[in-house]
Amino acid sequence: MGRITLDKVTKRFGEVEVIPPLDLTIEDGEFVVFVGPSGCGKSTLLRLIAGLEDVSGGQIRIDGTDATAVPPAKRGLAMVFQSYALYPHMSVRKNIAFPLRMAGLSQAEQDRKVEAAAEVLNLTPYLDRRPGQLSGGQRQRVAIGRAIVREPAAFLFDEPLSNLDAALRVGMRLEISELHNRLKTTMVYVTHDQVEAMTMADKIVVLQAGRVEQVGSPLELYRAPRNRFVAGFIGSPRMNFIEGAEAAAHGAHAIGIRPEHIAVSTTEGAWRGRVGVSEHLGSDTFFHVTGTGLADAITVRAGGEVDLHHGDAVFLTPEADKIHRFDREGARIA
Amino acid sequence: MATKASRSAARLMISPAVILLLGWMIVPLAMTLYFSFLRYNLLMPGMEEWTGLTNYRFFLTDPAFFDAIWNTLLLVGGVLLITVTGGILLALLLDQPIWGQGVVRILVIAPFFVMPTVSALVWKNMFMNPVNGIFAHIAKALGLQPYDFLSQAPLASIIWIVSWQWLPFATLILLTALQSLDSEQLEAAEMDGAPPLKRFWFIVLPHLARAITVVILIQTIFLLSVFAEILVTTNGGPGTASTNLTYLIYVQSLLQFDVGGGSAGGVVAIVLANIVAIFLMRMIGKNLDA
Ligand SMILES: Nc1ncnc2c1ncn2[C@@H]1O[C@H](COP(=O)(O)OP(=O)(O)OP(=O)(O)O)[C@@H](O)[C@H]1O
Ligand SMILES: [Mg+2]
Repeated sequence: MGRITLDKVTKRFGEVEVIPPLDLTIEDGEFVVFVGPSGCGKSTLLRLIAGLEDVSGGQIRIDGTDATAVPPAKRGLAMVFQSYALYPHMSVRKNIAFPLRMAGLSQAEQDRKVEAAAEVLNLTPYLDRRPGQLSGGQRQRVAIGRAIVREPAAFLFDEPLSNLDAALRVGMRLEISELHNRLKTTMVYVTHDQVEAMTMADKIVVLQAGRVEQVGSPLELYRAPRNRFVAGFIGSPRMNFIEGAEAAAHGAHAIGIRPEHIAVSTTEGAWRGRVGVSEHLGSDTFFHVTGTGLADAITVRAGGEVDLHHGDAVFLTPEADKIHRFDREGARIA
Repeated sequence: MATKASRSAARLMISPAVILLLGWMIVPLAMTLYFSFLRYNLLMPGMEEWTGLTNYRFFLTDPAFFDAIWNTLLLVGGVLLITVTGGILLALLLDQPIWGQGVVRILVIAPFFVMPTVSALVWKNMFMNPVNGIFAHIAKALGLQPYDFLSQAPLASIIWIVSWQWLPFATLILLTALQSLDSEQLEAAEMDGAPPLKRFWFIVLPHLARAITVVILIQTIFLLSVFAEILVTTNGGPGTASTNLTYLIYVQSLLQFDVGGGSAGGVVAIVLANIVAIFLMRMIGKNLDA
């Protein structure tokens, strides 16, 4: 069980209000991802849930009971830190067993649980090593192992993959998703990488300056971003924004169109421009089209084998039903 | 130092320093050894003669010698115990965010800058003196009999004075070690359900192990040769109650003018110091690896 409810939770460091009153519900078994730019308060929010920071106001409920004043150890949550925070002088076995030892389990019980966790995480050969003798990915798994043996009501991850290289990150992403599928435990996951957010989440919470900009499933955020910030943050490469006469023609202050929703042609189309930088990824090619008179550059996606070169004239046509309209405040116009 | 080439280069580079230090050490050591086999008394100049092991026999059978060894061990052990535990406690305190942190830290470190003779004299005359000392005044104000620390408990008093001098050193080293502890480790332990005392025992103390080792090794070297504090307070007395090995050698060679005997004592002290060093390295030196 792990239903977490934040009710008007506020956090101030001195005079600075890092998190203005914030409401959020995390359902039992959900994989929730907090995303947002650096410094927006993701870690702070996670640490408030964990109990490592005291709230300045509001209430945190776990499974319906008020946990605002409950110390971290008693909340039944487990956290995986960005730096892993393994205990360097203990072997992997002792690291994983530490929470069990603190809970006063018998040695036999500890061994059984540690070995089971090691089995799941492919750590069995490394049980007697020190953390310093492991690779980054293995350390990450030890940190996860230390979290799962406690059988917590929810897991909290603070950018757990940011210290890993790209290939390992993809692998660990899958492993964590698989772990979630198997354990069905609530997971709260902080990242500033929107690919991680899109691929792993059941529910994404987009934060900016401590405010929740939008909550929804990855596709909801992709299809119907509630404002310009979310529209620009979700999706890669980011959405093109066009202001001025073209937007006014659509009855909006600004319109947004994703690179994948623009058709490219060398002969005809709605907008005319020239190819600037092109990024060939093999499967796709992204062109930065300049000189359209609409925005500095418009990014468009084309197939991998399109034969266009720097300086070529191109025509662009947006898909009419994929155009997002925003008003002067940046809010979506339905 | 991974490759063969870098290892031999390293040896070559440090050899001048090693050779210089070795020479610096060898000459006085050789002279001490030589004197220790002579009958060499300052009252009878020009009468030096070879006596073999006589000096050693006299020094090692002197009852004062066993007192001195025992006192030396008590002094070293006592001061280490006080400074390490006190240092850990002070470091934990100083690591807390408190008002006027900078000033407090300087105050704590100040005793280290006071010369041993001066601090011993201050303790002797201003604190422990049974007539004028602050402790005597306090005792009298409370209607108690003043306690004459330096004659009733001479060794304990000296241990206290020396500890006072070395506490800042231990505190400083342990404080820097404490500050290098990753706070996320403590938070992880907190989430794992470890209460403060267990966090100290399982996380903080192991983290400090290396710093504690350094404190013990360095202090032992200096504490084996404590001298000034004894000279200006108790003169080793009453009797031999506060005579350590260093002070005994001083008494032998300069108060009894017996350079030969003193040298023999010096050699014995070197041997004992090395035994202590080997013992220490065996016991705690592994903390310094890796
Ligand atoms: N202990 C603190 N005292 C004062 N301000 C703090 C403290 N911790 C965080 N802040 C401030 O709170 C804001 C949010 O910080 P937080 O660490 O939650 O950001 P984040 O979203 O996790 O960023 P990142 O993606 O870079 O990790 C920042 O502006 C930061 O400066
Ligand atoms: Mg963060």
